Amino acid sequence: MFKWKTDEFSWVDFTIDVLRVLIVLAVVVGAWNTLSSGRISLAQWVNLFAAGLSQGSIYALIALGYTLVYGILLMINFAHGEVFMAGAFTTVFFAEALNRTGFLNEQPLLAILLMIVFAGLVSMTVAILLERIAYRPLRGSPRLVPLITAIGASFFLQYTFRGLYGSGFKAYPGVKALQGAFSIGGINIPVAQVFVFCSALILMLCLYWLVERSRIGKAMRAVSENKEVARLMGIDIDWVIMFTFGVGGFLAGSAGVINGLFRPQGVNFYMGFIPGIKAFTAAVLGGIGNIPGAMLGGLFLGVIEAIGPNLVLAGLGIPGANQLKDVIAFTMLVLVLIFRPQGILGERLSEQKA
Amino acid sequence: MALLEVNGIHTYYGNIHALKGVSFEVDTGEIIALIGSNGAGKTTTLRTISGLMTPREGSVNYDGEVISNTRADMLVSKGISMVPEGRGVFAKLTVEENLDMGAYIRRDGAIKEDLKGAFSLFPRLQERRKQVAGTLSGGEQQMLAIARALMSKPRLLLLDEPSMGLAPVLVDGVFETVQRIANEGVTILLVEQNAHMALQIADRGYVLQSGEVAISDTAANLQKNETVKKTYLGID
Repeated sequence: MFKWKTDEFSWVDFTIDVLRVLIVLAVVVGAWNTLSSGRISLAQWVNLFAAGLSQGSIYALIALGYTLVYGILLMINFAHGEVFMAGAFTTVFFAEALNRTGFLNEQPLLAILLMIVFAGLVSMTVAILLERIAYRPLRGSPRLVPLITAIGASFFLQYTFRGLYGSGFKAYPGVKALQGAFSIGGINIPVAQVFVFCSALILMLCLYWLVERSRIGKAMRAVSENKEVARLMGIDIDWVIMFTFGVGGFLAGSAGVINGLFRPQGVNFYMGFIPGIKAFTAAVLGGIGNIPGAMLGGLFLGVIEAIGPNLVLAGLGIPGANQLKDVIAFTMLVLVLIFRPQGILGERLSEQKA
Repeated sequence: MALLEVNGIHTYYGNIHALKGVSFEVDTGEIIALIGSNGAGKTTTLRTISGLMTPREGSVNYDGEVISNTRADMLVSKGISMVPEGRGVFAKLTVEENLDMGAYIRRDGAIKEDLKGAFSLFPRLQERRKQVAGTLSGGEQQMLAIARALMSKPRLLLLDEPSMGLAPVLVDGVFETVQRIANEGVTILLVEQNAHMALQIADRGYVLQSGEVAISDTAANLQKNETVKKTYLGID
């Protein structure tokens, strides 16, 4: 750990080591203060943890889109947050229609399933068009080029949807079946949180099956490993890449609906930005390009965000700690990039992939 | 009519003129060896035939059809299969998944049977079917690459340096396998630096030199040819 003992003294290593010590110190002191003060009961911790898991499962679903595309093209699709927004925003109108007819509360499960599929298809379409129009012509160009294009595409999508649906917030209608809470041993877990976690889990299992077992999933892995040899197998790599964008889009769109039903503050054209960056953080945290990594990274980030401010920041006497969860999330991004750039499950990046 | 006709192809890497009008023919059922030293254009020739590269001039005809502008993935379903240089197995996929990828274009029910066929040709692969290909030895990876190329049921098999990087004891086995595949009726175009072995199993051979065909003859005559002996067989 302390490199200067063996190697020549380096200020960079020294600073990083000091940083390490300071972080560990801050976490230990903060946690000690909070826990010894007993301000937060066990039940409240469990609640925070559950809220973190459900938020995290939304991050995980979006993060999978980043990681799938990175795995196959070594490219960060920074417009992925907007793909998420496209599905979530469009489906609000569908959800309102379902609510007006009363179907949403008569058959909540079926209605939600319909909404998830609808949003998934909308986002899938946006993602596929994005790949076809903005990224495919740039394939083979230096890696900075599609990255900049992605940022441009992100603005384009934001303001297109603002033009389509207006700039105001729209809220998803409340679903009666998702209100209330399960009570287990005196701890109340909101039904909505359980719903979010379970639906995300089902979607992730479907993805896992797709990638590991299906013919197209094997082709996706083959293309991500070696495009030229994949072509020699008769695999149409353009189609596989489009499919990958489509799958990532579908997951993001469904995450949009799940998120909309779970959080009351509504959706607008700008809603994709923060979750997009958070999900990117989650993907990096888990090891970008690694599918279980994105799932784990998302859940981990959600939990850290929920627990971190109360445990560490409040313990250090920072006021309004609960509003600082973004600080925790992005501090995590910086720390991962400094100390473990390959992420939790990632392999060390080779020169070619870095 | 020849199964494969290469007519004066010129292929470039950027501005580098790699093939300068290469022409040759492969008839159905033949084993053809392309020999030559490093940089002579052997691999480029195979890459041009398989559709990974497009010639700037000249054409490749396969089964009476011009294929020089057809994408590599479309050629597989026409019956052309290639074992790339350096084997190119998918290291993170299992042996079985690699073989499945070989049969990617097929939708018929006989894939399972052909998988068994591949395993009887290479029993070592059966033992390791659930193992990821990256953990196989070089020889096993070469077996896998050949077995995978056969899974698409090709009429024409392109082999790029199958003996490269293998221990001498394994080299004989590879050439025996190639001979066996040919006996099953698959036409073979073999690129080799190991001219000695290649000419022993080949019917005819072409010697490439600086992107051009320098000598073409039957394999038996090439083995006796003074230039070939000196330059490629290491016999004075």
